[in-house]
Amino acid sequence: MSGIWIVIEARDGRVSRISWEAVSAGQKLAALTNQDFNAVVIGAGTEGLAAEVIAKALGKIVRIEHPRLAAYTPDGFTLALQQFIENERPAQVVFPHTYQVRDYAPKLAARFGQALIGDVTAISEGPVFTRQLMQGRLNGSYRHSGDGPCFVSVQAGAFRADAVQSGAATVTVFTPTIEAAQIRTRHSECFRGAAQTVDLASAQLIVGVGRGIRDPANIPLAQELATALGAELGASRPICDAGWLPIERQIGSSGQTIAPKLYLALGISGAIQHMVGIKGSQCIAAVNKDPDAPIFEAADYGIVGDLMEVIPALTEAVKTAKQ
Amino acid sequence: MKIIVAIKQVPERDAQMRINAAGKWIEESGLQFALNESDAYALEEALQLKEKHGGEVIVLTAGPERVGPTIREALAKGADRAIHIDCNDLGARDALGVARLLAEAVKPESPDLILTGLQSDDLGQGQTGVILAELLGLPHASLILHVDKTDAGLTVKRELEEGWFQTIDLPTPAVLTIQSGGSKLRYATLMGIKRAKTKELHTVAAAELTAPAVILERIALPQKQKPTQILSGTPKEVAAALVEKLKFEARVL
Repeated sequence: MSGIWIVIEARDGRVSRISWEAVSAGQKLAALTNQDFNAVVIGAGTEGLAAEVIAKALGKIVRIEHPRLAAYTPDGFTLALQQFIENERPAQVVFPHTYQVRDYAPKLAARFGQALIGDVTAISEGPVFTRQLMQGRLNGSYRHSGDGPCFVSVQAGAFRADAVQSGAATVTVFTPTIEAAQIRTRHSECFRGAAQTVDLASAQLIVGVGRGIRDPANIPLAQELATALGAELGASRPICDAGWLPIERQIGSSGQTIAPKLYLALGISGAIQHMVGIKGSQCIAAVNKDPDAPIFEAADYGIVGDLMEVIPALTEAVKTAKQ
Repeated sequence: MKIIVAIKQVPERDAQMRINAAGKWIEESGLQFALNESDAYALEEALQLKEKHGGEVIVLTAGPERVGPTIREALAKGADRAIHIDCNDLGARDALGVARLLAEAVKPESPDLILTGLQSDDLGQGQTGVILAELLGLPHASLILHVDKTDAGLTVKRELEEGWFQTIDLPTPAVLTIQSGGSKLRYATLMGIKRAKTKELHTVAAAELTAPAVILERIALPQKQKPTQILSGTPKEVAAALVEKLKFEARVL
């Protein structure tokens, strides 16, 4: 058993950004363990995807091709990769940590008596894999034990996509056996929920509201501050789940990804799902009553205090500064 | 419909966490525990399905004795009975090991549907439900916001990234992992709390721990991604200081 295989995921027919990050993580792992690293693309009609990765420093690229892989299903992808892994016997399999990977990689790992080390943020000598625990409050160091392949998925933004080196890989095709009856779920086309009327992605100033706001009656306080700043109002998932703000204002992995000049986080603890959505912010300021809130790890400026007192004071200070 | 809801008790969201002496887990003494958030939504979905279609809702959990109040809470909200896998070494088992415990308890019940939250708020692995389906040989769908029963099985609404959704048709029995926010959570009524005391709670012993494939070796406080200037003073002072810094130091205003 040897070698590292990276499972490339497509987005709109192209290699997704997070897949490049997974390649970068695979490169790191290859250097630490002195192994070759390779990639698979999976689907029906994967020539284009393979062509995108061929100019990178990968040993081999395998196109796992089957008409029944044209659309993603957990049964189809698991079966195809299972057959490929049984054939190739890799030491490690690296995935981008996407909703799709979360849907089938644990199943695939279980077929080999393994558990996925998911949402990894760092890889070090050992290899030791770091992932977040307790909603980002703690880091855990994980190690794979025993025989069998080690399955790892890497968090969006944790490895640098532009660190992938150029090279010339070889491409071959692997054809799995998939019977129609083995695919038990039928997936519709993807659709958008409500019309996206709020474009947080291009907003320059954003005020984000989290659980710390405590009551929907306090939302106007945050809105006043946003208005004074000329900022858009966004929110973390629990606020939208509770219906205090519409889902189109949700920031994070299931909502919008933002890249403003300033992100002002009010009462947001900084769970992983939120943090991946705000990584592109130029400057982050956070107000939270909990000095240990993970948001402070990523913030440039922090205020530890009561939102009900700090928000109105900030609104006043902004108004004064603008006069 | 016979529905099993797999739930987990986790440290309360705002609990102050200290790393234990061995550096392998948090110090649990004095910690408050609660029902995992997405599991609460899984329970809610199960109760609503039962209200619409009839049947039975069974809660299933693995953990030490302290999970008792969390089980009672689920029974008070409307679950009919509970199975507790008594397990003092949950943290030493990997996701596959935990799913194996749950699968053993599910098998003799032969449910039509198994629901669980999409991930736990403590470990955040998001794997248990998906592995459980694999171990039981059942189809699954993950990150589900809404469940409709159909003649052929189920039609479910799945959340994708960045505001996209998908519907999935699948036959029953099946396993679904439920995303939070799909419905409004109910509170336990006084009558519910009273009734919960008389509902069946079956405790079974956990299978022996076997060598896990994945080991959590050490936990630590995260390293800062960048230096943070913490501003201190009265609300008025910190507000003025922050605006000043945003304007003249960071130059983002």
